[in-house]
Amino acid sequence: MKTFNVNIVTPDGPVLDTTVELLSARAQSGDLGIMAGHVPMVAPLQIGVVRLVTGGKQSELVAISGGFLEVRPDQVTILAQAAEKAENIDLSRAQEAQRRAEQRLQDNQDNVDFKRAELALRRAINRINASQGNL
Amino acid sequence: MASLRDIQTRITSTKKTSQITKAMQMVSASKLNRAEMNAKSFVPYMDKIQEVVASIALGSKDVKHPMLVSRPVKKTGYLVITSDRGLAGAYNSSILRSVYKRIQERHTSKDEYVVIAIGRVGRDFFRIRGIDAIESVTGLPDQPSFADVKEIVRKTVDLFSEGAYDELYMYYSHFVNAIQQDVTAKKVLPLTDIQASGGRLSSYEFEPSAEEILEVLLPQYAESLIYGALLDGKASEHAARMTAMQNATDNAKELIRTLTLQYNRARQAAITQEITEIVGGAAALE
Repeated sequence: MKTFNVNIVTPDGPVLDTTVELLSARAQSGDLGIMAGHVPMVAPLQIGVVRLVTGGKQSELVAISGGFLEVRPDQVTILAQAAEKAENIDLSRAQEAQRRAEQRLQDNQDNVDFKRAELALRRAINRINASQGNL
Repeated sequence: MASLRDIQTRITSTKKTSQITKAMQMVSASKLNRAEMNAKSFVPYMDKIQEVVASIALGSKDVKHPMLVSRPVKKTGYLVITSDRGLAGAYNSSILRSVYKRIQERHTSKDEYVVIAIGRVGRDFFRIRGIDAIESVTGLPDQPSFADVKEIVRKTVDLFSEGAYDELYMYYSHFVNAIQQDVTAKKVLPLTDIQASGGRLSSYEFEPSAEEILEVLLPQYAESLIYGALLDGKASEHAARMTAMQNATDNAKELIRTLTLQYNRARQAAITQEITEIVGGAAALE
């Protein structure tokens, strides 16, 4: 199968640079599957898990928060504010973050903080999902 | 002339000071290394985002976004990046002098501008002059990660979108090399000077639409501009502190040298005097 190059970069540095056959990501308009030779495209991503497939097998999961995807014929770049490979995620820390965010959601009625806590919760859940491998 | 003991005390204390400055110099040198690495790892992200922004904003002429439009300027925002601690030579003062001069030249009343301060020195500088920063952050780590500064950076961009100011300049120290840092003023918002890097623009399909992508992309772009300046500023800070401490150590060495010379002279004078006294005493007995 034809392969293409995937780059995931964050402000804190590159997270991943690899060659894959298929990439699947959750864009704001819905799930996207990208294979080699895709039309050049730009799409904003949701907080979600990016799945990379090589040799017919799932090879890597990466938790992404806030960013977008840029597709070129031979190259896909994901620009995210934060990205973490599933194997590097500290599960207990993510669970702790989830607990904190839920706590804040419960005792906070202020609108701005509410939104922030909700986002934090979604990020935490996303990281837990990625590290446990369920999508 | 100072007594032997006085000189000795001064030598000891100067030595101790020089040990401290030497240690601080070495600490700053290693921090500078890390800061440079951080700045380097940020480059691919910045390049990429710039490329995409340029190709969308310049590629399709009909896209509109509030961040791309210059509106009449009623209020100007100044984002000032300084350090939390001093002992960094002219690092802070040159930034602050440049901002303050600019503010006094351009504005006649306090209603025309607001200040956002990153770093304690900057915040206090403006507070003393009766300008309270509308937002400020202190206590940033020496190697800030994006998560550390996300709050302030987002807030700064949001304030522009909400209309708290109509243009935003940032003042920071640009790291040229270990001995040179230049105060830089940069217009962040509105994003009027987006340039195509490399010249080759790719034409993309937009999913769902160019407008909606800009909605996500432009704030992220502005945020990364600020984050980039912050990393740059941190590198400069460590470099400036390193140089300042290097100078302090050199000065201390020089001082110790002169003091040691003085000490030896005083010691010899004392010995000579003693001998003369003894000889004088012996001669008086004969």
